[in-house]
Amino acid sequence: MAGQVTRAGPLTLGDRIALQFRYLLDREALLGPLLLLPAVVYIVALVGFPFVLALAYSLSDVTAGDQSLDFVGFRNFTDIVHDPIFRRALRNTFVFAFASQALVLVLANVLALALMAEFRGKWLVRLLVLLPWATPAALSTIAWLWLLDSVFSPIDWLFRQAHLLGPGTPLGPNNNMYWLGRPELAMLSVIVVHAWRILPLATVIVLAGLTSIPQDIKDAAAVDGAGFWRLFLQIITPLMFPVVAVAVLFGFIFTFTDLAVVYVLTRGGPINNTQVLGSWAFIKGIQGGDLAQGAAVALFLFPVLLGVAVLMLRLARRAEVT
Amino acid sequence: MAAVEARGVRKLFGPVKALDGIDLATREGEFLVLLGPSGCGKTTLLRIIAGLEQPSAGEIVIGGQVVNGLPPRARKIAMVFQSYALYPHMTAFDNIAFPLKAQGMPREERARKVEWAASILGIHDLLGRKPRQLSGGERQRVALARALVREPSVFLLDEPLSNLDAQLRASARDELQGLQRRIGITTIYVTHDQVEAMGMGDRIAVMYQGRIRQVGTPLEIYEEPADTFVATFVGSPPMNLVEGESYLVGFRPEHFLPRQAAHAPSNDSWSFTFRVTRIEHLGADRLVYGIVGSAAGETKVVSRLPSTVDVTLHAGESYEFAVPAHRLRFFDKATGSATER
Repeated sequence: MAGQVTRAGPLTLGDRIALQFRYLLDREALLGPLLLLPAVVYIVALVGFPFVLALAYSLSDVTAGDQSLDFVGFRNFTDIVHDPIFRRALRNTFVFAFASQALVLVLANVLALALMAEFRGKWLVRLLVLLPWATPAALSTIAWLWLLDSVFSPIDWLFRQAHLLGPGTPLGPNNNMYWLGRPELAMLSVIVVHAWRILPLATVIVLAGLTSIPQDIKDAAAVDGAGFWRLFLQIITPLMFPVVAVAVLFGFIFTFTDLAVVYVLTRGGPINNTQVLGSWAFIKGIQGGDLAQGAAVALFLFPVLLGVAVLMLRLARRAEVT
Repeated sequence: MAAVEARGVRKLFGPVKALDGIDLATREGEFLVLLGPSGCGKTTLLRIIAGLEQPSAGEIVIGGQVVNGLPPRARKIAMVFQSYALYPHMTAFDNIAFPLKAQGMPREERARKVEWAASILGIHDLLGRKPRQLSGGERQRVALARALVREPSVFLLDEPLSNLDAQLRASARDELQGLQRRIGITTIYVTHDQVEAMGMGDRIAVMYQGRIRQVGTPLEIYEEPADTFVATFVGSPPMNLVEGESYLVGFRPEHFLPRQAAHAPSNDSWSFTFRVTRIEHLGADRLVYGIVGSAAGETKVVSRLPSTVDVTLHAGESYEFAVPAHRLRFFDKATGSATER
């Protein structure tokens, strides 16, 4: 460090401090932790602390009215497990996550392959594809709420115009589908809205994976006699597996933990048929005031998310295409 | 086995003419090299022959059949890419078996064919490995085996040696040519390396700016270049071009010798006063750079003296150099194409 100083003579104290300070950020032992600090603070404050709090709540009898933490063991867990609505919510959470991701997997691949091709107005299509991702979940779900309205749904109107809906048509005598009023249709609606939300991200990830496969490999397969399906299933899919898996796991986590779509769209209805862990925890813990049981419900998300996170980290390490 | 023919092939990439009317025919079983600087269109031509690109105009004929519009897999061709393009998730065995699988060949027969191809290229021990566990030379062999295994009628090779180190390249050149001779498959080989072209090709097609400038045996290309581009692209150092009264005079550096070392009688050779500016000693040869006077003033030329010529030369001094008359080549000043004097 002294070699950097051109002026002759002994250094003053001020010089020495200035020197120390000037090269402070070149010391990795210091710079590393410094740069990590904001993230650590953020995670501890907004993830770590609430998580510990949830653990504590779930083992206590805390309510909105009585906030003293009295230890009750696993009583909350045994209580909620015997509740049929909870079991329904648990099942729905998995059904929604798996079904929407299966849908996303197919659609994202189709979209990404289509977006690989050159055509006019490609930028516009790409922009439109990305739009759902940029819209806040609550807002876009409200738009869906209108689209699926029991009386004024434009989807129903289209069906009626196509003579699919109404008296004497394939979809029945009613003039409306009642998307959110019939249990199966309500579940389908939730799945479709989830898929619609995740699709942009998944498409972009798949697109990135597709473009990273060297043209030579695809050319070689073409020369070697592979048609579209052989190329897609035996060359592209295995090469993209780590990338696609990350996309699917991302989507899975998003859907699995989401409460906005169900809460805005159906409030868990009709008659708790579309309830998920997130919405049920919210309804029980916040709206019902039973913080302890709400926390216990939410904690059921934890083991699944932990498993998915571990899987994702392992895949991310393999996610190099060539 | 089949001959390949390109008839009036043009290729436009937007406003850029990548290929500007290519007419070229291979002979059956021939090793034809497409030689040219990068960007001359040689890889584009190869890709059009393979069916990976469609020509903007013209026809590709393989084995007497026009194949325009046929996908690559219907053309009975095999291609080796510069990057080898091995499938990274498959073992060498599966890589080689892939084209056979695409043909729907039964498993046992497939295994037999892979064994056969592996034994020709000596890669038996590598069959269980993935491409990333193979060295450059080994990858190249696997790529060759994959091309060889379904016995194509045409082999297309796109700079397959350019990713190997110099030492390996020499032996690979040798092996590749030997392999082609043994199996006798018509081969089109793209390279920008004239040493490869000269050493391996039965014939060379020299390409420049989307056109074929000359097709001929390596010796023809070297001795009788069709124009000044071929003359200066082939040969290292390239042919010297000196401006004469009404034409350009060309001569190879190895024919440009000190008068006392020239074998031709003085009445049958051209003399130049050669001012030496720099001398490179390369061991077997000396490269002597300098300047001769010409119709256009002064021209830089090079002489290549084998170490057997022990005439003492010094930079900065002038000497009498000569070229045997029958070694001189003449080119039109305006078009650059070869002419009789």
